[in-house]
Amino acid sequence: MAELAHGHGDGPAHHQVTGIDNRKLGMWVFLSSEFLFFGALINNYLLFKGRDFGPGALYPVELYDIPFTSISSFVLLMSSLTMVLAHSALARNDQEQTRTWLFATALLGIVFVSGQFFEFGEFILHGLKLNVNPAASAFYMLTGFHGVHVIIGVLMLMVLAFKSLRTGSLSETEGMNVELVGLYWHFVDIIWIVIFVLVYLIQ
Amino acid sequence: MAIDLTPDTIERPATTLYRRPRLTTGFWAWITTADHKKIGMLYGYTAFAFFIAGGLEALLLRIQLAGPDGAFLSAAEYNGLFTTHAITMIFLFVMPISAAFFNYLLPLMIGARDVAFPRMNAVSYWIFLFGGLFIYSSLLFATSPAPLGGNLPGGAADASMLGSIPNSGWFIYAPNSGVAYSPGTSIDYAALGLQMLGVASLISAVNFIVTILNMRAPGMRLLRMPVFVWMTLVVALLLLFSLPIIAIALFMLTFDRQFGTLFFVPEAGGDPILWQHLFWLFGHPEVYILILPAMGIVSEVLPVFSKKPLFGYPAVVFAGAAIAFLGFGVWAHHMFSSGIPTVAQAAFGLSTMTIAIPTGIKIFNWLGTVWGGRVRLTTPMLFSLGFVALFVIGGLSGVTHAVVPSDWQQTDTYYVVAHFHYVLFGGAIFGLFAGIYYWFPKLTGRMYSEGLGKWHFWLMFIGMNLTFGPMHWLGLQGMVRRTWVYPEDAGLGPWNLVVTVGAFIIAVSVLIFMINWMYSKRRGRSAPDDPWDARTLEWTMPSPTPEYNFAEEPVVTSLDDFWYRKYDEDEDGRAVRKEKADEMVADLIYKNGNPDHEIHLPAPSYFPFFVGLGIMFIAYGILYHTRVWGIPVLVAGTILTIGALIAWGSEPLEEIHDEGHDDGEPGGSDQEPQESSLNEGNH
Repeated sequence: MAELAHGHGDGPAHHQVTGIDNRKLGMWVFLSSEFLFFGALINNYLLFKGRDFGPGALYPVELYDIPFTSISSFVLLMSSLTMVLAHSALARNDQEQTRTWLFATALLGIVFVSGQFFEFGEFILHGLKLNVNPAASAFYMLTGFHGVHVIIGVLMLMVLAFKSLRTGSLSETEGMNVELVGLYWHFVDIIWIVIFVLVYLIQ
Repeated sequence: MAIDLTPDTIERPATTLYRRPRLTTGFWAWITTADHKKIGMLYGYTAFAFFIAGGLEALLLRIQLAGPDGAFLSAAEYNGLFTTHAITMIFLFVMPISAAFFNYLLPLMIGARDVAFPRMNAVSYWIFLFGGLFIYSSLLFATSPAPLGGNLPGGAADASMLGSIPNSGWFIYAPNSGVAYSPGTSIDYAALGLQMLGVASLISAVNFIVTILNMRAPGMRLLRMPVFVWMTLVVALLLLFSLPIIAIALFMLTFDRQFGTLFFVPEAGGDPILWQHLFWLFGHPEVYILILPAMGIVSEVLPVFSKKPLFGYPAVVFAGAAIAFLGFGVWAHHMFSSGIPTVAQAAFGLSTMTIAIPTGIKIFNWLGTVWGGRVRLTTPMLFSLGFVALFVIGGLSGVTHAVVPSDWQQTDTYYVVAHFHYVLFGGAIFGLFAGIYYWFPKLTGRMYSEGLGKWHFWLMFIGMNLTFGPMHWLGLQGMVRRTWVYPEDAGLGPWNLVVTVGAFIIAVSVLIFMINWMYSKRRGRSAPDDPWDARTLEWTMPSPTPEYNFAEEPVVTSLDDFWYRKYDEDEDGRAVRKEKADEMVADLIYKNGNPDHEIHLPAPSYFPFFVGLGIMFIAYGILYHTRVWGIPVLVAGTILTIGALIAWGSEPLEEIHDEGHDDGEPGGSDQEPQESSLNEGNH
């Protein structure tokens, strides 16, 4: 009877009808909402990118450095691989490898965000400020919100990695957290693939 | 309530960073609670306070419009009041009071101890509360100086506090909401405040979806869930898919106003119509977010007071889901006069008409439920029947909006105001009051006064029809919305006076409700545990609900399980009470009131409160980032929010006293104080 008592998702719940852990299901549900969040942002950019803003208007597309962005996209994609490695190391209960791959994932995320900062800086130097025209605004808002998502992911990865460093091993709950952060991280990667194709490659 | 910090005498395990609060009474117990029932009550009381505010705003508007050429309010004040009235009623009353019902009832109806994420539930409430306070703080802090191109007639916009609250209409249309036409900060208060409320609703939507999908009692299959639970699920899905869109739109508006982007500035190539698309892509699902909870409540109340099962249960469920699904494909019917292409107008006109099909299915199923039943005209039943009648009127005038030429004629007239008040006041609010009366015994353990309840119903019913009925013909005569005066020779005066009188009758009825609530909660007759002879699981436990909900996890074998345990059917399909029904109910309720083992409940936490507080500071920081103190507030808010989140993640997941109870010690001693605190909280 005692296990019936855990009627809350903070701990192991008494039974879960779908067989999926509450927290994991919650993350899936939340991510389904995030698709519309980025859908609206991508829609904005596609709407404004071809508009005529008068003579001399500067468009993001004129400044893209595709080789550079390809490399940073590759870095982000590789971070999905390291995330999977972290997850599978945890499944083998290899705490040291888990920690290593968590740090590696966070590091790759930081590299990607730094690349984005560099790209924004270059664009601004060329005169493409946030407020020059709606196409520029939409570009910065889309890629900026994606960057914020990556930063939040990095923060969560760091929290987990440092926890593992401090205590030596991740507990069962924290193991679930690795899975949750993994789901989130893969989502952020997938969205970037869509953005990279729709915004950068298809001109 | 006195501040009561019960000293924590339990040893603190060495492995955890934080202790979780263990308070069960007093002020801090409410601040830290993670109990879905307490959070539900918090939602309910807060929403009702906002209902009073929104109602007073409406009364001020009606005083101004009672006669031609009114001089009670200035134009600026009128703009502020009608906007804030709408924002309050939609986002700060109907949505949160629906959330109050979801919170309180959802776990009870599916046989769960709590929602899936109790602390996230608390954080939803706190973000909602601080978001509402943020919007209302515009009364004190916002500015609304004269817009580009001169002043509003009727006095300077900054002349009074009421002139500086958000004043753009609840839809915040661009380019009127841009810096050029709305300088000052009143629009920023609306945009950032609504963003906060959206975050709160999104969190609760995730929570409710997971709770419904994952936490149902054994045997409670999806198609055995009460219709109210189904509507909760549908509303949560609507929130999940519509809120991100308005979030982006509000971000764009905030960026336009705060950081100089040009999304909605037509001179710079921006697109004001994009705002309308994004807003209504959220805004139309939003109206179903407002009405579906009430439909769920009515679907619970009508069968109980007709002594029959719900007629066509699967049809009612699927109709609700169909309304939600179609609701994403009709948004442009709000924009027929915006110059969208003719083909789009025809398509959206047609899709809007299809909404009438599932709605009609629901109406006929409700009628079929009452038909031939042994009807008891109690207050909740009266409100439910009122709901059906008034919603039909509002629904029919809605169909006239689907006809594009007719809609052009009605756009921005009082005919539209009449339509949506029939569905939202006659619909949503009547349904919600039906729910309040219906579950009052379960919430408080006492019966409300039936006499006062009936006075409330009849005054509200008459007042509502006097208020919103004449608006139909006022609108068709050409009375324009959102205008603070009308000339005497327009001949609109007499009916406007009737409307104002009706509004005050509604106010009296609400006053009667408040008296009834306050009196009955303290002095009402003690309620039986199953006073209505009901069908759903929440009536299988004592009134008021014990803190742990179910002592034994219920096992469900059919739709309306509790009903079929009490009733058989005779050859004519009429309900016949089983011989042993009374003993069975008494036994069930006794068992649920006297658990034979200790029950662990979600531990309270300080951090949801601080996350909500931190997010409010972030909003102020963004709003005032150009001031000297703006950035420090922003940084402080961010640190508070992130700090509270990290602390949240680091606090122990279980109550600390879990550790000491592995030896099978009987838990009776732990439960008594909890129960008494619950009584104290509710009486």
